[in-house]
Amino acid sequence: MNVAWFWALSAMLTAYAVLDGYDLGVGMLSLWVARGEDERRMAVNSIGPVWNGNEVWLLAAGGMLVVSFPRVYASGFSGFYLALMVLLWLLILRGISIEFRNQVADPLWKSLWDAGFSVSSLLVALLLGVALGNVIQGLPIGPNGYFQGSFALLLNPYSLLTGLLSVAVLAWHGANYLREKAEGPLLAKAVKWSRGLWWWAAAMVVVVTIATFVFRPDAGRNFEAHALAWAFPLLTLGGLALGLACRSEQRDDQAFYSSTLLIIGLMGSAMLTVFPNLLTSTLDSQYNLNIYNAASSPLALRASFIANIVGMAGVIVYSTYVHRTFRGKVRMDSGHY
Amino acid sequence: MSEAVFAHRMQFAFTVMFHYLFPILTMGLGFFIAWYSTLHLVTKDKRYLDAAQFWAKIFAINFALGVVTGIPLEFEFGTNWSRFSSFGGGVFGQMLPLEGVYAFFLESGFLGMFLAGERRVGRTLHWLSGLGVAFGSLLSGYFIVATNAWMQHPVGYALDPSGGVHLTSFWAVLFNPYAGWEYAHTINGSLLAAAFVIGGVGAFYLLANRHLEFARLSVKTAVIAGVILAMTQLFPTGDLNGASVVQYQPTKLAAMEGLFQTQKGAPLAIIGMPDTAKEDLLDPIYVPDFLSFLAYGNIHATVDGLAKYSKDLWPPVELTYYSYHIMVGLGTIFIAEMLIGLFLLWRRKLYSSRWFLWMLMLTVPFPYIANEAGWVVSEVGRQPWLVYGLLMTPAGTSTNVAAGETVFTMMGFAGIYAMLGILFLFLVARLIHQGPDTNVPAAG
Repeated sequence: MNVAWFWALSAMLTAYAVLDGYDLGVGMLSLWVARGEDERRMAVNSIGPVWNGNEVWLLAAGGMLVVSFPRVYASGFSGFYLALMVLLWLLILRGISIEFRNQVADPLWKSLWDAGFSVSSLLVALLLGVALGNVIQGLPIGPNGYFQGSFALLLNPYSLLTGLLSVAVLAWHGANYLREKAEGPLLAKAVKWSRGLWWWAAAMVVVVTIATFVFRPDAGRNFEAHALAWAFPLLTLGGLALGLACRSEQRDDQAFYSSTLLIIGLMGSAMLTVFPNLLTSTLDSQYNLNIYNAASSPLALRASFIANIVGMAGVIVYSTYVHRTFRGKVRMDSGHY
Repeated sequence: MSEAVFAHRMQFAFTVMFHYLFPILTMGLGFFIAWYSTLHLVTKDKRYLDAAQFWAKIFAINFALGVVTGIPLEFEFGTNWSRFSSFGGGVFGQMLPLEGVYAFFLESGFLGMFLAGERRVGRTLHWLSGLGVAFGSLLSGYFIVATNAWMQHPVGYALDPSGGVHLTSFWAVLFNPYAGWEYAHTINGSLLAAAFVIGGVGAFYLLANRHLEFARLSVKTAVIAGVILAMTQLFPTGDLNGASVVQYQPTKLAAMEGLFQTQKGAPLAIIGMPDTAKEDLLDPIYVPDFLSFLAYGNIHATVDGLAKYSKDLWPPVELTYYSYHIMVGLGTIFIAEMLIGLFLLWRRKLYSSRWFLWMLMLTVPFPYIANEAGWVVSEVGRQPWLVYGLLMTPAGTSTNVAAGETVFTMMGFAGIYAMLGILFLFLVARLIHQGPDTNVPAAG
């Protein structure tokens, strides 16, 4: 059950990264790629009906963490206190920017929310990458199971690199999403940006992979022990390779899958660099919070697993249906966004 | 109370009370929109479609603010109340992800489809997505109330030797006897608030002589629904929610009612001023024996007063007492107001009784106050317990988060939420000013 929950949480977070990842990517790009009211509206409309549901994957994952590994939730969230609060404020700004933008037909109003949408998306992507980097690298968890995460601690060379990786990959993902959804001048620009961002994403993948072994020398231990673990690095490379193949416009519809594969590969690899630890202590490995010592009781794990799996099965069915309703090019007729 | 504990409590109290302003309307209005949408599907009467579409626009703004102010709360269990999460996460946490998995996905997922409009998704799918949104928001209310109910009356657990608790029964937590009527009372409160909002906007249009057809439908909806809901808020939901308090939380009951001394045939204080130092209720107006009757169905029953318990187990009496009396006082006013409205409707004078329409319009904020006051009773009345009988509030905080950090983030939230509040009022006022768009054709 402990291992099953580890992978369930990993799957939830990966799904979040793939789905809200393109919301954040579109947001990051919107200020620079989309110019003029029509293009900006098209960008917001491309994610408008689905962004909220996509964000729920993060909330559901958070709730699952509470019930499955409460000591990790308690330690991680209190330790990352200020960073998480800033993340919350940015998520607030991102959400209301999308929802309020089209409420008033005034250029200044729209400019304000365009900037809010773009800047908050960029910073959210950066902070999430920083957080993941700190999880991989380790934190000064003491014997009581807690740590204090100051900004000086959390913004370190490795976590800044993972932050930049997150920005690069999600920006590329957003551009690929726009290749599928946009039309006209915005589409043309999205194709150009998708091609350019591939290089940045690929470079950051290489840099962060090397950096991971520098800052976390035991990062490869699960890969040495289990051949199956290599599936994720292979997906990473596969995603990048497919991305390269999708440089031509004929492949606009497939480009999105390349960045999706990349994200799945990266997230899985990241999980495997830490497994079975969830929060690693840089002070002493006996203070690590892993899937055994930080878990709730066996019954709690089993009951919540069943309750959540059943629910998620339903979610996947109707969410797929909802996303399919909005497939294809953006239709600009809905008045709301 | 240490500065740090006070800061953690203030932040959670502020963020949850501000957040709750939005679900109060979301849960209730979602139901009414689904109701109008269903009537349109069945009767093809375009008035119902116009109403559903108008309220959907306000719903969308309200819902967005509910979402963005709600996320901090899920995080705050960990950021500010980490020891509470570590203590009981395996038990109360059973309900938390279910809110996300069973409810949030549903309401957020289908809201996009609903807002896209009938012409985009077709009549049946539009109607179904409206139901999905309504059902999702109502369902999320249950899971979060069940989480709160566990804090009020912990069930389905056993103590660990290490000092935490572990789960002994998932079903006991899901069907906590405290949760059912707490939920019913909460939802009823939300539906009542929505009825008042619908009525208030309708009253405004009638007074301003605009959108008359929509206005009449709104005011009629409000009065008919309002009469029923105002009464069910008191009985059975309020009464039976109170019964849980009588049974499981005697100190909260005593504080709510300002009962300092244990009494056989305890009177109900309609009004009075509790004085904790003197341990007495000053200048009371009593209904003799009535508290015993309400609590136990027997005018000779004994009700325990606060003095039965040591003072360190007393909740903050004044805040609990006044919040409770504000809630009940307003609830009584709502019943009277809606009965007058129903009478006027029966006499065919409702739409022309300007004095009543003014009252309907001006009383819109009051259900919000009543709902929030009720939650203050619930949470402050539970003190000094975080989990009643198990964990004291100061023992649940995050000790690795300094008071200064929390004061800083509290100020951050205060500033951001002040701006959100202004934006919300501005945008909703604009939508009301624009009025329902009766020119949008229905789907073919």
